[in-house]
Amino acid sequence: MESWDICFRNLSVGYNGVPVLSDINATLPGGKVSVILGGSGCGKSTLLRHVIGLAKPIKGGILIGGKDLFTLSRNDFRRLRKRMGVLFQDGALLGALTLAQNVVLPLSEHLRLQKKLLREAALRVLRMVGLEEFVDYYPNQLSGGMRKRAGLARAIIADPALLLCDEPTSGLDPITAARMDNLLLSMHAKYPGMTIVSVSHDLASLKTIADYVLVLGEGRAIFAGTLQELYASKNTYLEQFLERNPGPVSLDFDQKRNPEIEKILQKWLDS
Amino acid sequence: MSVPTASKGSVSRIVDLVRVLGAKTLSGIDAIGGMTIFMVRGLFQIFANIRIIPRTIRQIYIIGYQSLFVIMLIGIFTGMVLGLQGYYTLVQFGSTGLLGSAVSLSLIRELGPALTAIMLTGRAGSAMAAEIGVMRITDQIDALDVMDINSIGYLVSPRILAALVAFPLLTAIFDTIGIFGGYLTGVLMLDMNSGVYFYKISHAVTMNDVNGGFVKALVFGLLVSTVCCHQGYFSHLRRDSVGPEAVGNATTSAVVISCVLILAADYVVTSFLL
Repeated sequence: MESWDICFRNLSVGYNGVPVLSDINATLPGGKVSVILGGSGCGKSTLLRHVIGLAKPIKGGILIGGKDLFTLSRNDFRRLRKRMGVLFQDGALLGALTLAQNVVLPLSEHLRLQKKLLREAALRVLRMVGLEEFVDYYPNQLSGGMRKRAGLARAIIADPALLLCDEPTSGLDPITAARMDNLLLSMHAKYPGMTIVSVSHDLASLKTIADYVLVLGEGRAIFAGTLQELYASKNTYLEQFLERNPGPVSLDFDQKRNPEIEKILQKWLDS
Repeated sequence: MSVPTASKGSVSRIVDLVRVLGAKTLSGIDAIGGMTIFMVRGLFQIFANIRIIPRTIRQIYIIGYQSLFVIMLIGIFTGMVLGLQGYYTLVQFGSTGLLGSAVSLSLIRELGPALTAIMLTGRAGSAMAAEIGVMRITDQIDALDVMDINSIGYLVSPRILAALVAFPLLTAIFDTIGIFGGYLTGVLMLDMNSGVYFYKISHAVTMNDVNGGFVKALVFGLLVSTVCCHQGYFSHLRRDSVGPEAVGNATTSAVVISCVLILAADYVVTSFLL
C-alpha cells in the first residue's frame, strides 16, 4: 500500500446505535501530520477508535489507502493493522511489564528474536524518546508524560506507516507538552512517509505540528483543511474555538441557598 | 363485548410480567452463550502460541503458590472440625473407629474440591477479574488488539491453564492437610487410636474417590477462571456502572457467579460420578 490517506465517507459513528458524529466526509492526507480537533466529548477519540478498527461505524466507511477498513478480509485487516502504531491517551502500557518489555511487545509476540536483540530494540526506541535510563522501570513508577513517551516508543517500534495518537499532550505541563510535539515532528522528519494523526484539543500543539486539520463539533465535521485555511476561516464556532472565546455566557451566581443548609453549613465550618 | 377496566389492567400487568421474565431469560441465555464462547476461545488459544508457557508459570505462581498458605490454613481447620463433629456423632453409635473414613471421604469427595475452589475464587479469581477489568478501562486490552496480539490468548488462556494446574494441586494439599487436621482432633485430642485412623482411611478411600475429587477440581478451575476473566474482560459493557465502579461490580459478580456455579457444578459432577 503506497498512499496512506485516511478517507471518511458518509461516516456516522457512535455507541449502541446512537450517533456521536454523523455524515463525516473528509480525507486526511497521507505522509502529513493531521490533527483532529474538537472540544471535550465531541467524539474525537470515538472517531479514532473507528480508524484503529476497534469499533464499527453506524453508517459509512473509512478508507485507508483506498481500502475500506470494514470490508477487508481478516488477513488483510491484520496486515493493515501491522502498519499502524497507536499511542493511547495514558500510554496504555501493561502494568505487569517493565518499560523494555512493554515497548518490544509487538516484536516479542510476533517474531522470534533473542533477548539481547529485543533489549537492543527497546533501548533504541527508548533513547529516541529520552527514556533509556528508565528501561527497567514499571509504568507505575513513571510520570504521565513519561508513560506517554513510552507509549509512543511502543507505537513506533515496528516502523508504522500510520501513527495515531490520542491526545498526546493532554494533562501535560507546557514544557512536557512541547517536548511531545517536538518528538512527533522529529518522528515525521525521520520517517517522512509516515502519516501522523493526532487527536487533540490543544491549540498550542495544533499550531506546532498540524499540516492538516479536521475540526469536529456539534456532532459533525465543521472544518477540514490546512492550518492556514483554518485560521483564515470566518466560521463563528471556529473563531470562538481558536480564540478560546466562550461566547455569551449567562451564569447566575446570585442563587439563594436554602437557609437551613446555610445554617448547618455555617455550624460545620465554625466547628 | 367490552372488557372491564380492572380486568384490562390485570391483563396488562401479566403481559408486562411475562415480558420482563422473557427478557431476563433471554439475557441469561445470552450471557451463558457468551461465556461459553469466551471459554472455548480461551481454551483454543492455549494451543495457539508457545509463548503462553512463561505467562502460565507466572499465573500458577499467583493462583497456586500465593494461595498455598490460606488453603493450608482452611484445610487444617476444616479437618479439625470434621474430626470433632465426626467423633461426637460416631461415639453415639460406638463407631469412632470410622472417623478416618468419614473425614477422608468427606474431604476427598466433597469438601476438598469445593472449599478449595471457593477459597481460590475469593483469593485469586477476584484478582483476575479486577486486574483484567482495570486493563480494560485503561485501554491496555485495546492496545493488545491493536498490536495484533490476541488479548484472550494473552490474558485469559494462561489463567485458564494455570487454574487447571493449580486447582487440583491445591485440592490435593487441602485434602492432605485436612486429613491431618482430623488426626489432630481425633487422635491427639480425643485419644483415638492412630493406627485405626489411618487404616480406615486406606481401607475406605479408593482411587475412584481421588479421581472424582480431581475431576471436580478441574471443572471448578475451568469455571472459576472463565467466569472471573469474562467478568473483567467485559467490565466496560456493564449496564449498571462505568469506569472503576464497573471493575468493582465485575469483581463482585465474578465471585458470586463463581461460587454459585461451583456448588451447582458440584451437584452435577457428583451425580455423574456416583
